[in-house]
Amino acid sequence: MELPVISNTPSESEGGGCSSSGCGTAPDALGHLPDHIRAKVQDHPCYSEEAHHYFARMHVAVAPACNIQCNYCNRKYDCSNESRPGVVSELLTPDQAIKKVLAVAAEIPQMTVLGIAGPGDPLANPGRTFETFEQLSARAPDIKLCVSTNGLSLPQYVDEIAKHNIDHVTITINCVDPEVGAKIYPWIYWENKRIFGIEGAKILIEQQQKGLQMLTDRGILVKVNSVLIPGVNDEHLKEVSKIVKAKGAFLHNVMPLIAEPEHGTYYGIMEQPEPTPEMLQDLQDACAGDMAMMRHCRQCRADAVGLLGEDRGDEFTLDKIDVMDVDYEAAMVRRKEVHDSIIEQLEAKRGNAKPKVEDLGIPAESRPVLMAVAGKNGVVAEHFGHAKEFLIYEASPAGVRFISHRKTELYCGGMDSCGDGDVVDAGATESLLDRNIRILEGCEVVLCSKIGYEPWAKLEAAGIAPNGEHAMEPIEDAVLAVYKEIAATGKLLPAVDSKKVA
Amino acid sequence: MALQITQSCVNCWACVDVCPNDAIFQDTPHFLIDDGKCTECLGDHGVPQCAAICPIEMAIVDELGEFLNPPGR
Repeated sequence: MELPVISNTPSESEGGGCSSSGCGTAPDALGHLPDHIRAKVQDHPCYSEEAHHYFARMHVAVAPACNIQCNYCNRKYDCSNESRPGVVSELLTPDQAIKKVLAVAAEIPQMTVLGIAGPGDPLANPGRTFETFEQLSARAPDIKLCVSTNGLSLPQYVDEIAKHNIDHVTITINCVDPEVGAKIYPWIYWENKRIFGIEGAKILIEQQQKGLQMLTDRGILVKVNSVLIPGVNDEHLKEVSKIVKAKGAFLHNVMPLIAEPEHGTYYGIMEQPEPTPEMLQDLQDACAGDMAMMRHCRQCRADAVGLLGEDRGDEFTLDKIDVMDVDYEAAMVRRKEVHDSIIEQLEAKRGNAKPKVEDLGIPAESRPVLMAVAGKNGVVAEHFGHAKEFLIYEASPAGVRFISHRKTELYCGGMDSCGDGDVVDAGATESLLDRNIRILEGCEVVLCSKIGYEPWAKLEAAGIAPNGEHAMEPIEDAVLAVYKEIAATGKLLPAVDSKKVA
Repeated sequence: MALQITQSCVNCWACVDVCPNDAIFQDTPHFLIDDGKCTECLGDHGVPQCAAICPIEMAIVDELGEFLNPPGR
């Protein structure tokens, strides 16, 4: 069975391209994944780009303590208005967490995965973390368990992880060089002492690498997360990618640094720049030669609920769960039906090979085009002004591949008309609409279900063609159709003049 | 001889788990140290464990009001 989801290695020559909805899968990038691993990740939304359109996950915030300090983290994590790793609104005890998981898994039968991701380090809270896993395995054995960690205590708990049948672990590895590490981690708590700088980073790196090896030796799937910090570890992450792949990690997720001054992190206060979408994409592409890269990560909160990019945590606060009437047995039966039907649907889809791009008459020397899509559940579904994020796809003669998502700020109030978008934040120098158009830099087309007159004109002025003609079509079909239209105009071919000069 | 937790505390539980004397307990608005139990880790560890793991500056003070993790470290 093919699982065209994990990779997005740009396909160099033949053999890549778009075979189904998990686009951009070059067979060579999946080549290192044995069938049993593909089977394990096919319904895991955080590991499978395809699965994340259909399957849901949740995190429970049972792990507040942490054993290291990262310069991108601030431990005052109780703000409910923010969405980023380490942020939660409600800390739970293991008992409360189980109650919540069972309620969510009954209400959202697409749920397949429970993760513990913080808000601190799960393995710095071993009692609370493993008790939660133990209780859930007993009460809802169909839910997969996963855990993420900074790796410091990982070697110590690998056996415990294996015992609890946790077969997905994410380790955040930002460096393999202690000198780089000292710029990211000011200190660690190790053997009852606080250890600073290079010495602390060296211990952390050793523990991460040891833990990674121990997990892969036991056949436990490891994904590596790295935070891209411009000027600190950007070049270095290529080396990290090589090393973690050699040690058996099956997926590398490079995420952009979030460093707003108002978050109060060290980097935020020191005005450490965040990477631009282009920097992130270039680095992911550079690493993709060595490693299957993940590009659909939404950097979700440590208490996220639902499909990626669509947090439903507000529906499941403790007071709301208390008054829910849940039939656990019936819920598990229903989940089985829903999961089976989604898997069946996905397999059928994979069977329906779409026409190859070459068959559509696109010349092989056509240049690639980036398109931004206001999408939802795999279709072009959102109004331009309502999109909370744009999915960036690249169309080329080799096929259509998912590149990344870019977050927007809503400028449209959701009324009948879209307005001109000139809502300006206090102190902001550009309108939200202008800002959203700026984040689409590099894209030539925006696909959405509808768009207002004002944003239409501004997009055109910025050299981006708005397109509302493919509403509710599957995203990749729509991107391919538009690419074909552009190709038909001859605009994608290298200019004859420049060819002569070159 | 005992340490104290200040209002800077963010209730992250880290100190509770590493205290050798079980001296730290949950309270509102933040965790507190039982001064009958706290030994400042003398005899157990080289440094007070709550301060060694605390992620927040100025959250733990000694009897003289000195911060164990002063601002800027």
